[in-house]
Amino acid sequence: MPCWTAVFLLAMTNNSTSDVLLPATIREQFACLREGGSQPPLVYLDSASTALKPDGVIAALTDYYRNMPANIHRGLYPMSEAATAAFEAARATVQKFINARESREIIFTSGATDAINLVARGFGDGLRAGDEVLITGLEHHANIVPWQLLRERRGIVLRVVAMDAQGDVPLDAFRAALNGRTRLVAFTAISNALGTELPVAEMIESAHAVGATTVVDAAQAVACRRVDVQKWNCDFLAFSGHKLFGPTGIGVLYAREALLQAMPPVKGGGDMILSVTFERTTYNELPHKFEAGTPPIAQAIGLGVATEWVTALGFDQIEAHERVLVDAALKQLEALPGVQIIGRPGKRRSIISFTLDGIHPHDVGTILGEDGVAIRAGHHCAQPAMEHFGIPATIRASFSVYNTLADVKALIVGLRRVQEIML
Amino acid sequence: MSVTDEIYQDLILHHSRRPRHYGPLPDATHAAAGDNPLCGDRYEVRLRLDEKSIIRDAAFEGSGCAISKASASLMLDTVIGLSRDEFEELFRTFHALVSGETPSPEAVAQLGKLAALSGIWKYPARVKCAILCWHAVHSALAGQAHASSEEEFASNSL
Repeated sequence: MPCWTAVFLLAMTNNSTSDVLLPATIREQFACLREGGSQPPLVYLDSASTALKPDGVIAALTDYYRNMPANIHRGLYPMSEAATAAFEAARATVQKFINARESREIIFTSGATDAINLVARGFGDGLRAGDEVLITGLEHHANIVPWQLLRERRGIVLRVVAMDAQGDVPLDAFRAALNGRTRLVAFTAISNALGTELPVAEMIESAHAVGATTVVDAAQAVACRRVDVQKWNCDFLAFSGHKLFGPTGIGVLYAREALLQAMPPVKGGGDMILSVTFERTTYNELPHKFEAGTPPIAQAIGLGVATEWVTALGFDQIEAHERVLVDAALKQLEALPGVQIIGRPGKRRSIISFTLDGIHPHDVGTILGEDGVAIRAGHHCAQPAMEHFGIPATIRASFSVYNTLADVKALIVGLRRVQEIML
Repeated sequence: MSVTDEIYQDLILHHSRRPRHYGPLPDATHAAAGDNPLCGDRYEVRLRLDEKSIIRDAAFEGSGCAISKASASLMLDTVIGLSRDEFEELFRTFHALVSGETPSPEAVAQLGKLAALSGIWKYPARVKCAILCWHAVHSALAGQAHASSEEEFASNSL
């Protein structure tokens, strides 16, 4: 076990007067949250954009670049073999993390967007004109645009099941949108814009009942709940490393082995081949068939460490911790005059979107920024979801393992100051 | 210097709360939309030019942040009475100012109250808010250059 995990476990036992379930000592592992790390002290409420990175993940990146900066799958010398072993160990760690059956079902990509695009090319290009792809009104642009591009290439029909006034996608509406022509269903497990959690397992079961293949965008979900691809029974699942306390530039596509075997490679290059002549190329076996070129080696190793780090925290504790924060934030936001909460989903994860009467979200973002409070203001790459509520943008606060009730308070105090300045 | 000194000064807030030249312009000869899809800001700028291509009246409508609104309000206040070339020169000066360059004192003097937006350069993400409606006026004026028939005039400019 890497030494930084031991440091973390030591920190776990040193539970101080934490106001929520996870110990505030977690914050010591994040350089910009440590005392003196940022000025003014950082109140980071933008983990739904990207999570902060613990020291252990950064150490893993540095360790690769310092101690084994060799390419993988080709060198015959010890340093390259060490790098290959670390890279493939990261794949096995990710496999365990999402409970995939085989490590060859884990394809490293550059992120969730890349993973969904890989499905749209590798699987989607096998669809025919008139076949239907179904998505929901909650989707991030990364789960909309690849299907529109597929529509242009293949003439598929892209259907959208709308969300309701609360920001939920009702199961009966979803089921009503399925039919015999539905070949692919792609949806987010948790909305990055509203925090809505969808009933993933039930939706997949219904999609399978009409013979459709399923894609779950788990970019938001992997950091806040246990994701088990066998329990969900999904066919494809995509997520990014950077929202999971890991590096940028790395992501994962999980797919059932049979699907990957049937899919043609999407990118050609080194490492994805067994032999190449000018007449003919034999593709490499899984997962390498889909990983052309030198992959993001350090980032993959960093992602492996990040998944171990999250697993050590425990999803029961993470969920409870974020529940306390999001409930407190909702209550305090509702008590603030002029706040409109956008979306009232039945199951909300650690994200709250809201507006302030008479003040544009970008002005809120700039003023809060001066106080060290980092929130997201904008359409959150989910413009159709914003249109649904008839607004161009929202303020979004998202909560993670290192946030405390003091951060919630800082947000509320900051918003009051915004109102004092602007109204 | 705080954000209230650099951006959200009384003058800016006043113009964002009660923008001047806000509303329709029924006898407009030129119009263009200013659209910032990243923030969802969207404005429509309308101009009335006389036969000598002097901006005789101007108005804007739409929604967006305090900076884009105040900038539009102050800008339209300033550009009425200007020719197209004079507007373009003013736009260059303003653009330089909000990008953190230091235009000549004479050029800055031409901007008048618009100089209040000079602190924006410290907030790079907001510079585009400050110049959104300037781009719209620029487009509206450029539309006139290509207007060779009544029909094209209508589609390009209104």
